[in-house]
Amino acid sequence: MTILVVAEHTNATLAPATLNTVAAAQKIGGDIHVLVAGAACGAAAEAAAKVAGVAKVLVADNAAYAHQLPENVAPLVAELGKGCSHILAAATSNGKNILPRVAALLDVDQISEIISVESADTFKRPIYAGNAIATVQSTAAVKVITVRATGFDPVAADGGSAAVEAVSGAADAGASSFVGEELAKSDRPELTAAKIVISGGRGMQNGDNFKLLYTLADKLGAAVGASRAAVDAGFVPNDMQVGQTGKIVAPQLYVAVGISGAIQHLAGMKDSKVIVAINKDEEAPIFQVADYGLVADLFDAVPELETLV
Amino acid sequence: MKVLVAVKRVVDYNVKVRVKADNSGVDLANVKMSMNPFCEIAVEEAVRLKEKGVATEIVVVSVGPATAQEQLRTALALGADRAILVESADELNSLAVAKLLKAVVDKEQPQLVILGKQSIDSDNNQTGQMLAALSGYAQGTFASKVEVAGDKVNVTREVDGGLQTVALNLPAIVTTDLRLNEPRYASLPNIMKAKKKPLDVVTPDALGVATASTLKTLKVEAPAARSAGIKVKSVAELVEKLKNEAKVI
Repeated sequence: MTILVVAEHTNATLAPATLNTVAAAQKIGGDIHVLVAGAACGAAAEAAAKVAGVAKVLVADNAAYAHQLPENVAPLVAELGKGCSHILAAATSNGKNILPRVAALLDVDQISEIISVESADTFKRPIYAGNAIATVQSTAAVKVITVRATGFDPVAADGGSAAVEAVSGAADAGASSFVGEELAKSDRPELTAAKIVISGGRGMQNGDNFKLLYTLADKLGAAVGASRAAVDAGFVPNDMQVGQTGKIVAPQLYVAVGISGAIQHLAGMKDSKVIVAINKDEEAPIFQVADYGLVADLFDAVPELETLV
Repeated sequence: MKVLVAVKRVVDYNVKVRVKADNSGVDLANVKMSMNPFCEIAVEEAVRLKEKGVATEIVVVSVGPATAQEQLRTALALGADRAILVESADELNSLAVAKLLKAVVDKEQPQLVILGKQSIDSDNNQTGQMLAALSGYAQGTFASKVEVAGDKVNVTREVDGGLQTVALNLPAIVTTDLRLNEPRYASLPNIMKAKKKPLDVVTPDALGVATASTLKTLKVEAPAARSAGIKVKSVAELVEKLKNEAKVI
């Protein structure tokens, strides 16, 4: 049994979510091959070869794969994966973009965002924004699966010494092209990989007030997130959104500031190890999931917290 | 150009769903059903394209039970010109839905197909991508901006690190993210007018599509409940607990 893991990477580096995906592959059991499809992606391939538990790294280095355009990458993954028992990718925006296309090319159903592996053909996944957990069984010849990173502890990024093999695939399908990107520049850790996440909600009142959270986050080495209400109100950009429709996080410590705790927000953070809620409304639903609740005005509490940590 | 919009009937987003006692699924008896929120955004985008003179006709399609006609009528009231229901009482998986939509695409030959990025019941986030693969079209998923220019459409996508813009050859598939637009409400006169707009009903058999699935849901459970912790009285107490009790800072 061979499991093909589609690596999440930036060409220069391997994204941490790949380590969680390899962990899910280990639970399924089989030879783990990691595909690094990109352009000038040798460094990411080298990093993948060092990941514990990886048997082989396949490198598809082609300008057509530079920006992970699904029209170009999906046929490659389908071709390499058609003889495998499983094809896995992290449930990142990239994995979610490419893998259903792969599944359709292989004429199989796809299983989205698994949070646990029960056996090689049975998996658990959240539905209804995490308000229910479904156990699903697949009889597909190739099981195409996206993996929710927070469901699996990452494997070690080093210790392995997999062979690296170059593969070639279909080139540019000619259906799409990359125009540009605006990536948020931040020195803070990435939301889904951070050990501490501090999120602000509608209670922050405006985007300027998020500076309070940035200052606190920098002192703690934390990432800063936001609720959908804060994003919808235009305080901060959408890539900061934590929730069912944003990012799913499960840090060691999650601090919810001025967040009421709508179901859709809880779906994105309720697997955090320790949850702290700071809100002046003591009836706010967020307190029902918080390990430590502080009923206080955030504009007093956050600066005080910053001086004390 | 012709725009095809796919919509899904789902449990209303305000409803707190409960798992059935026999773990066979969630209880949908007597629960309010609505158009999936991402699909509302898809309809709105199509209507805006028509208002700008880019789209000439909007066809709205749904795959679902007979009652999904309600959601199609809603889409007609919002500005779609005609509707197609692919009627199936069975709960279908994304691949089957994508195959049915592909059959509709073959028949209707739209230049642009707009879908929601995911439905809030199964949370799969698959159908648009699968339809793109089956049709051999380019896909612009998680769109926050859609601009048709000549024989291409530029789609700005919400990605993990920020925004990415791609240019897709038409015909193309677009799936909507939250910030693409804010859907309007249907006016009463438009709701009345929508009752007279054409709505065709077809079956998967008539479209020649097999809808068997390789997936089986064994059980559905409520998630592990997280119990409320304690209330602290001061910031100092909070810091003390985080340092000494939880040991997370």
